[in-house]
Amino acid sequence: MTRSSVVPVMIVLLALVLVWYVGAVWLNAPWQLDIYRRGSVVDWSWLQLVRDTWAQEKPVLPAPHQVATELWNTTALIAPNKPRSLLFHAWITLSATLLGFAGGTLLGILLAVLIVHNRAMNRSLMPWLVASQTVPVLAIAPMIVVIGFNLFTGTLDLTADTARLLSKAIISAYLAFFPVTVGMVKGLRSPELIQLDLMHTYHASPAQVFWKLRWPSALPYLFTSMKVGVAASLVGTIVGEMPTGAVAGLGARLLGGSYYGQTVQIWSALIMASVLAAVLVIAVGLVERLVNAAMGARPA
Amino acid sequence: MTSVVSAKNLSLTFRTKDGPVHALSDVNLEIGKGEFVSFIGPSGCGKTTFLRAIADLEQPTGGTLTVNGLTPHDAREKRAYGYVFQAPALYPWRTIEKNIALPLEIMGFSQHRQKERIAQTLDLVNLSGFAQKYPWQLSGGMQQRASIARALSFDADLLLMDEPFGALDEIVRDHLNFELLKLWSRTGKTICFVTHSIPEAVYLSTKIVVMSPRPGRVTDVIDNPLLPERPLDVRDTPAFLDIAHRVREGLRAGHSYEE
Repeated sequence: MTRSSVVPVMIVLLALVLVWYVGAVWLNAPWQLDIYRRGSVVDWSWLQLVRDTWAQEKPVLPAPHQVATELWNTTALIAPNKPRSLLFHAWITLSATLLGFAGGTLLGILLAVLIVHNRAMNRSLMPWLVASQTVPVLAIAPMIVVIGFNLFTGTLDLTADTARLLSKAIISAYLAFFPVTVGMVKGLRSPELIQLDLMHTYHASPAQVFWKLRWPSALPYLFTSMKVGVAASLVGTIVGEMPTGAVAGLGARLLGGSYYGQTVQIWSALIMASVLAAVLVIAVGLVERLVNAAMGARPA
Repeated sequence: MTSVVSAKNLSLTFRTKDGPVHALSDVNLEIGKGEFVSFIGPSGCGKTTFLRAIADLEQPTGGTLTVNGLTPHDAREKRAYGYVFQAPALYPWRTIEKNIALPLEIMGFSQHRQKERIAQTLDLVNLSGFAQKYPWQLSGGMQQRASIARALSFDADLLLMDEPFGALDEIVRDHLNFELLKLWSRTGKTICFVTHSIPEAVYLSTKIVVMSPRPGRVTDVIDNPLLPERPLDVRDTPAFLDIAHRVREGLRAGHSYEE
């Protein structure tokens, strides 16, 4: 981030926090007033009301500092290998996301290569791929979790943890492959006719055309798709953690929080999820920059 | 003189939605070893199509065409020619050196031979100091010189050039014409050169093929009597202007039926 963009970013951030605090007062006040009425407190001041709405145990909208405190307490003050640590849950989610993202990206590339190189595949595969993405993931995730869990623990004799990881990774990959396929089909077809003609004059083999021309041409498209894919991957994993059977992970944390009205816990899990998403997208961006530099791209 | 390219009654028709387009019709031409042949004519006269047919990038629909006595397909498999396109078509992710190495990698040259050929061809096009640069760091003229080096790198005897300097300004073009003539006399290659500039055709060639459109056909083949040694100011001599005049007449004759 350049120095000149720090100030505007901070101003936007401050404005958001301010709106959040005002919103907390707005949404929590009815419940607070209810408490005053039932406790026959009549001499409350406006200042006290504001303070109380920012300090409820199960607020409708927790105030930023409550979420920050919860985040601090569940990350810094608890060993990360304990199930009460948010980092423990974040890692469970992250590992399934990374596995699913890697699998989804590979699958996406493979499908794109098939589509670009095979006319029949081009005609038959693409409509199915589009259709696959119109199925709501919320509907399909529980089935994969249940069937996958039984299959992996029963037939394949894996441990429960591994089975959960694999089931979630499958859902994650299911969401991640699609943008990669679409982007890579476009990328592998991006070489100009003149560049393909050039390869033809050298009597290059299809494999040579692929590795020396199509693949390098497609890389910029791949990274753009991967940024979309990695975020979708995380969503897929979290959705996969919500159905029965998921005992750990940010999704389970969200669901647990909503069962017991622990809004502070929900919000801190949400914040952790968005931090993860940001880290993942930035990581893909970093790899992209390294690859661009290695490929001699003109500095922007 | 042995024929490098030989076309007999060659025709080529493209099928399009609006009906057939006769790009080439009944073309007869012999190109001997070591000749510098220019193809000149207005757009749509089939000069580029003819070059692409030699390169096996288009398939003739009638007549015969041989390259080094072989079909264009077999000649391409034997890597008989280097092709220079209108645009440099350098791969932006490869340095100049790596761009020149591209055909060598594909054709399986050893690392040692690759280095040797890269150094030789870079020297031939005066780009020796730019081996490590990326294409975007070079001017348009330098990029096109790099693409000529790439076409020369595997040392084919035939060089096919499709309006290689068409997109460059006149000063750069003059300079590159001069360089190309020197390169031709040093290497003794056979060159087929498509252009729509009369001075360029007359300055460069030993033989000028004048073509006319709809359907594409050869209207005149002019042997250029100018000495092989040609400084740039040869273009102001009466002999040069005579030939240029004849080319212009040929072009006009090809067009006359339209008026």
